[in-house]
Amino acid sequence: MPSVPAISLRELRKTYRSGVAVDGISFEVQPGSVVGLLGGNGAGKTTSIAMIMGLVLPTSGEVRVFGADMTRERHRVLHRMNFESPYVDMPHRLTVRQNLTVFGRLYGVRGLRDRIAELAGELALAELLDRPAGQLSAGQKTRVALAKALINEPDLLLLDEPTASLDPDTADWIRTRLEHYRAERGASLLLASHNMGEVERLCDRVIMLKAGRIVDEGAPAALLARYGRDNLEEVFLDVARGRGRGAELAT
Amino acid sequence: MSRAVFRPGFSPHRVAALCTRYLYLLRSSWPRLLELVYWPAVQMITWGFLQLYVGQTANSAALAAGTFIGAVLLWDILFRGQLGFSVSFLEEMWARNLGNLLMSPLKPAEFVAALMVMSIVRLAIGIVPVTVLAIAFFGFNLWSLGLALAAFFVNLILTSWSVGLVVSGLVLRHGLGAETLAWTIMFIMLPLTCVYYPVAVLPGWLQAVAWALPPTYVFEGMRAILIEHSFRPELMAQALVLNLAYFVAAAATFLWLMRKAREAGSLLQTGE
Repeated sequence: MPSVPAISLRELRKTYRSGVAVDGISFEVQPGSVVGLLGGNGAGKTTSIAMIMGLVLPTSGEVRVFGADMTRERHRVLHRMNFESPYVDMPHRLTVRQNLTVFGRLYGVRGLRDRIAELAGELALAELLDRPAGQLSAGQKTRVALAKALINEPDLLLLDEPTASLDPDTADWIRTRLEHYRAERGASLLLASHNMGEVERLCDRVIMLKAGRIVDEGAPAALLARYGRDNLEEVFLDVARGRGRGAELAT
Repeated sequence: MSRAVFRPGFSPHRVAALCTRYLYLLRSSWPRLLELVYWPAVQMITWGFLQLYVGQTANSAALAAGTFIGAVLLWDILFRGQLGFSVSFLEEMWARNLGNLLMSPLKPAEFVAALMVMSIVRLAIGIVPVTVLAIAFFGFNLWSLGLALAAFFVNLILTSWSVGLVVSGLVLRHGLGAETLAWTIMFIMLPLTCVYYPVAVLPGWLQAVAWALPPTYVFEGMRAILIEHSFRPELMAQALVLNLAYFVAAAATFLWLMRKAREAGSLLQTGE
């Protein structure tokens, strides 16, 4: 019996007064897989993720997470999801421990104290737990945001630019933690990123967006072969500058 | 499998979790605590001395009964109740935390319940010390109103939550550009609900407007108790009926504005 997809989008479309943000995209994320959304600024990555979370309502089409319609019954599955995004922040005056306690309780996490201690160990937060979140460096804040995103051990993790503005060492460290999390828990990850190396390393499948439409998709290796390129950055540039298959589809 | 417990209905656990967040915040910031007491105290002392002065020159029974101080304390329940609700909501906007909350299992009704609880907590921190000051400075004991005070409180806090709900919905939909409403909208009630004077002072057409607002019944009831020593339950019952209708309308408006915010994509862009 086939398993229910972690995410299923059907002809998803979002129109604002300023124009079309997402233009009829369809894809699925299978349980345990890592899918990357690639695209330039304004390609529709953040809007797509926001619709998957139920924070933005689609103009038309359907979003399902673990089979639940996110327009009408998102509260059935929200406890199994979590996310990290540069568009939100953690309350600055609360300490890291207080923030994790509040979110742990909102998610109804069992054994919350142990879970916070476990995350503090995994994400090297032990020394930061009693410091206000607003006093942390960018790298430390990202680790705390990741701890919040993992507090409920989600079956589905949505990540919008998880390593943006981090130094290469910290970014690499975060990617390693994400790889471990996926391997240990069998969770599904949907990742929006500008960082091609990150996508190539983490993702089983890449969906390339341009002007709100899917212009190509496939495993990283398959995309490299299709475009005859050595890395995803060159593939991305081909798509963005209107060369190759992606450009034909976009037009 | 996720470690989270699925609580399908309205969850007091989640309400308590969000209240804890606001209590952590209050505890971490003494200026926030001071602000809760400062303005009500200044206002009460100003009006108290004005009452003393006017009372000595006019020798009015109404002034001797403490109607000014009573009015200013009840007004603060109305005004600070709404501010307590709206400011807790604004804290989420200022902290850019709304996305985290709305993506969590927290439901809109639980969010609103936590804001209501916090409005009472903030009100208690601000008003209780001021009522003690009123006894110490002017010999006016608000607590001596007893059950009548409970009826006044319920009606005033219900109005303050209705206004807080609409303001929060507007901020949710239109961003922090609408924040000013949180600080100013209640002042329209000051002349219309006859805080410091009887409804009879207003022109006839404006009296109809005043009687459409629940706090008017409370301030009339307060004057009846302080001046005539009679509690008028019919005024409180009428206010309660109006309040329940306004609260249902305000809750529906909040949910409608939240849906509009989800349509407009403004929940992730919570700035100006």
